[in-house]
Amino acid sequence: MARQLIRLAGVGKNYRKGRELVRVLEGITLGIEEGDFVGLMGPSGSGKTTLLNLLGGLDKPTRGDVEVDGKTISKLSSGALAKWRASNIGFIFQFYNLLPVLTAARNVGLPLLLTSLSASQRRKHVNTALQLVGLADRAKHYPRELSGGQEQRVAIARAIVSDPPILLCDEPTGDLDRATADEIMSLLQRLNRDYGKTIVMVTHDPRAASFAHRVLHLDKGELSKKPVDLH
Amino acid sequence: MNRFTLIWRNLWRKPIRTVFTMLAILVVFFLFTLLEGLRIAFSLSDVGPAAEERLLSSHKVSLIMMLPVAYESRIARLGGIEAVSHGTWFGARYQDNPEFAQYPVVAEQYLALNPEIKLDEEQRQAWLGNRMGAIVGRPVANQYGWEVGDRVPLKSSIWTRNNGSDVWEFDIEGIFDDTDAGMNAGVVLFHYDYFDEARAFGKGTVGWYVSKGDGSVPLNELMDSIDAEFANSPAETKTNTEAAFAQEYAQQFGNIGLIVTLILAAVVFMILLVTGHTMAQSVRERIHEMGVLKTLGFTSGSIFGLTVVEGLLLVLPVGILAMALGWGALALVAGFMGAMFPAGLHIGTYSIVLGLALMLAISLGSVLPPVIRALRLDIVALLRTS
Repeated sequence: MARQLIRLAGVGKNYRKGRELVRVLEGITLGIEEGDFVGLMGPSGSGKTTLLNLLGGLDKPTRGDVEVDGKTISKLSSGALAKWRASNIGFIFQFYNLLPVLTAARNVGLPLLLTSLSASQRRKHVNTALQLVGLADRAKHYPRELSGGQEQRVAIARAIVSDPPILLCDEPTGDLDRATADEIMSLLQRLNRDYGKTIVMVTHDPRAASFAHRVLHLDKGELSKKPVDLH
Repeated sequence: MNRFTLIWRNLWRKPIRTVFTMLAILVVFFLFTLLEGLRIAFSLSDVGPAAEERLLSSHKVSLIMMLPVAYESRIARLGGIEAVSHGTWFGARYQDNPEFAQYPVVAEQYLALNPEIKLDEEQRQAWLGNRMGAIVGRPVANQYGWEVGDRVPLKSSIWTRNNGSDVWEFDIEGIFDDTDAGMNAGVVLFHYDYFDEARAFGKGTVGWYVSKGDGSVPLNELMDSIDAEFANSPAETKTNTEAAFAQEYAQQFGNIGLIVTLILAAVVFMILLVTGHTMAQSVRERIHEMGVLKTLGFTSGSIFGLTVVEGLLLVLPVGILAMALGWGALALVAGFMGAMFPAGLHIGTYSIVLGLALMLAISLGSVLPPVIRALRLDIVALLRTS
């Protein structure tokens, strides 16, 4: 049995909107095992992205603890959290979030600037990541010279280049056509199956969710106990 | 790729905007350097330390009124005086050029009192041995293309010769440098004896006296004792330090200097505002990307550093180049018009430090507010920014 990599205990998150207190998440208790591929679905405003942000240390819970690999990340300082993110989390966004002034290879190499690797080691890692996503021949292209699917593959290469154990994907196929979305999902599936990456993916698309081992449903900030019907 | 690549690529994100911003900075600091050169030229504030120690006594009523040459021995006899000399405004022009400074002086006395005048010993001896000889400051020689051995005619607007002519001829026997770049930098010095014998009127008079204390009496007391010596005489004196006199003299040009300063300061300030706004806009456009970098693990401190270095890279190299060009332009102008600026046309350490401080202020002032504001936001808010 795989060990539990991510554990949330009684996590809640509030936002203040003017004088109004908005409860985005309430009583989230969740365990995700190493090597799992979890889909996170739910209507808009149900708190999916907020939950993903908490898992990735981009945000802190109002209540409860987020523990990853035995470390309570919700109690880390912002500096320590930045370091932790750099070595443990790969983020994949709906709109890719590549830096337009950098080529594909340089975008992929960004996270490696935070490591102690030499320039030649960094180049080697970048080439490996680009090969893995099938874009070695586009290394010198700028994001504006790539299609949406290619941009997303560059973003995936950037997410895996420092070999983090966890990939967090926020609607990774939300901006792509069906065929390209399938290619991206197959790539994520391969990263999960062949490279053991633990993946948590927020999606609205049942077809994308069907690639996950299991799908969780969030509604009004709470995890639903009901099994999710993908059809 | 390294961090510098990231900074460099961000700097050239919008090349046209960067080029225009750099051009604006180039113009600002080029103008700034010219402005500083003019300010120093008009203010004569940089007359050097020797001018703080020398005393200058002129007619109490006006500088254009003459003093008897006999005052020299009376000043020399006063307690606490080490040396005394004199000068007179000659008021001549060379060919059709503007009037510039020439003084008839007692050569050895004047050189002894003005050690900042650096003259080759051979040239000094040649000057002392030639009654029609003159020595000239290098800016004047450069402007008019004079060389040692040349005979030059100067047309005085004040002094006519015994024969009725107002053209005086001088043999250039030496070209000197003024190590203080002070009041003597752009003048012609020639022999008082030659001048006094040849002039048609005013014989036995001088324009002003320059004296130096021996240190036994405070300067203030020395000034008072000189003026007291000639009190209630037909030609009373007013004594001050040479530096203070230079400032007073410069006040004739004060309004010109002030007008030039105000106009150029307004231009510089407006361009600074435009430049600052452009740079701040460039930072604001990248707030979302700052969120992406933080997501990847960059700390607020490292993003702050990257942005500040980018701001410095935009301003410092171009600003320094502009000041070097401005310096070159001043030297070029001094080559053509050096005689018009007795204190020289140049910038000093103060101007360079002020220029560098302005560059830092522009780059940090335009980059820091938006970047600090951005980095105060949490990552989620940064990522939400479009």
